[in-house]
Amino acid sequence: MSFDLRGAAISLSYIAAAVLFIFGLQRLSSPRTARSGNRLAAVGMFVALVATLFDRQIATFWLIALGIPVGAIIGVYFARRVPMTAMPQMVALFNGAGGATAALVSVAEYIHASSVGEVSMVASVAVVLGTAIGAISFSGSIIAFCKLQEVLSTKPLLFPGQRVLQGLVLLNALGLALMIVSGRMGASALWWLFAATLTLGALATLAIGGGDMPVVIAVLNSLTGLATAITGLELNNEMLIVAGMLVGASGTLLTLLMSKAMNRSLGNVLFSGFGAVKAAVTAGSNGTAPVAREATVDDTAIALAYARRVIMIPGYGLAVAQAQHELQALASELGRRGVDVRYAIHPVAGRMPGHMNVLLAEANVPYDQLAEMEQVNGTFESTDVALVVGANDVVNPAARDDPSSPIYGMPILDADKAKQVVVLKRGMSVGFAGIDNALFYRPNTRMLFGDARKSLSRLVEALKSV
Amino acid sequence: MSRDLTLAIYVFILATFVGFEVIARVPAILHTPLMSATNAIHGIVLLGAMLVAGFADTPLLKGIAFVAVVLGAANVFGGFAVTERMLDMFKQQQHKAPAQTDKL
Repeated sequence: MSFDLRGAAISLSYIAAAVLFIFGLQRLSSPRTARSGNRLAAVGMFVALVATLFDRQIATFWLIALGIPVGAIIGVYFARRVPMTAMPQMVALFNGAGGATAALVSVAEYIHASSVGEVSMVASVAVVLGTAIGAISFSGSIIAFCKLQEVLSTKPLLFPGQRVLQGLVLLNALGLALMIVSGRMGASALWWLFAATLTLGALATLAIGGGDMPVVIAVLNSLTGLATAITGLELNNEMLIVAGMLVGASGTLLTLLMSKAMNRSLGNVLFSGFGAVKAAVTAGSNGTAPVAREATVDDTAIALAYARRVIMIPGYGLAVAQAQHELQALASELGRRGVDVRYAIHPVAGRMPGHMNVLLAEANVPYDQLAEMEQVNGTFESTDVALVVGANDVVNPAARDDPSSPIYGMPILDADKAKQVVVLKRGMSVGFAGIDNALFYRPNTRMLFGDARKSLSRLVEALKSV
Repeated sequence: MSRDLTLAIYVFILATFVGFEVIARVPAILHTPLMSATNAIHGIVLLGAMLVAGFADTPLLKGIAFVAVVLGAANVFGGFAVTERMLDMFKQQQHKAPAQTDKL
């Protein structure tokens, strides 16, 4: 028996690729090295894909030669065109593509394996898991995309009997899985399982509100990683296992961080239909509706101009209004006047983990001006103006003070402790959690109504003439 | 349990630990690029799609494999391109011109 040179070369390439992935991810931990980290990971991917071309299992190349350019062109086209504000949707879409791939690979592997002989129990367990998890991730990502793109309502969609329907579909999926694993049913059952788990992923994601999207995206990312690793078990390919689990683990970690930042268990985020019961909690429990005081652009400009310290609190509304550049213009104008300006970033501000940071980086905000919640919360008392731009639930003092509030216990930015609070907002509508915000009615709060982008550029103008 | 399977499970579990360790140090400011980069890395599933496409011998399998290759490739190439763009945002600031406008 001769030494399998080709097999050894492929294995070594896979090891090299795995090392490149790990170093790449490690370099993503600092803004200075992050770019090289992404490139290292891309090189690792290239090495792994080229090595795979030499795999003896591959008999024909034309499908690969045709499919890769098509996919690559589609992927890169969208990746370059999408605006920074739409990044979460884009990531959701790519994630869905990965999940679908994992499910299809599982189905194809099963059809192929059962056509040449008996499929072992272990292999069929892997196929069932790979198909189910991949399909859930795919349909979940598509629904998440539709919610983020606001094709679908961002509110949790709950209908009567949803729990029952979900339970029935789940039971059906479990039954099919058992039949496949025990060898009593074959490929046709696997297609049915595919359909059932697609439904399951869609139903589950529909029931989750827009405010919980950072968690959902992290979960879906980690599910696709897991499904990928499972296809590695099916195809007996270590590269798929290693890379898939690196992603699975990182997604899980981010998921936990995000749910911790909202002080809710993962189960509560995923299964409670949070925010659907909003009508019950509106302001004015003492009978008289509280009144929010309105501010003018000129008042606000003067308050900002004579402040010593200003903290900006951006939220998703900033992203929707595409106002990050105007906010930065205001901050640098204030900086020129000697005002100490910082940005306070809540961990779940935006629609995916760290979303606000990328948006502000796009507007050239130096990242040493970005402060995380724990750093900044002690400094609000000595802050003259807290400028809330399109943030809502993350500055709601009810989360701290009102045990009856649905978001009670969620760590917030203590904007209400600043000497003055100015809230830039379109109108008095509620945030994604669907509850009223006590901050808007505080005596030290003023509302500046209007489109955030327009308000901010008017503020910059007014500031120049102060 | 076969030796191959045992080894595969070892790899599975150890990779999970490495993943946790490596990611735990990433600051919140980079969570979006991190997520986007890991999103691109799970595009490695393209490799599985390539293997399936390579041994596909019926029209059905060929069809499934083709769709899988296209989607996997979109995941890989799109994922890395998007991450690169995000990280460009962080680079621009190091030699930033005041009031530089967005070129994208």
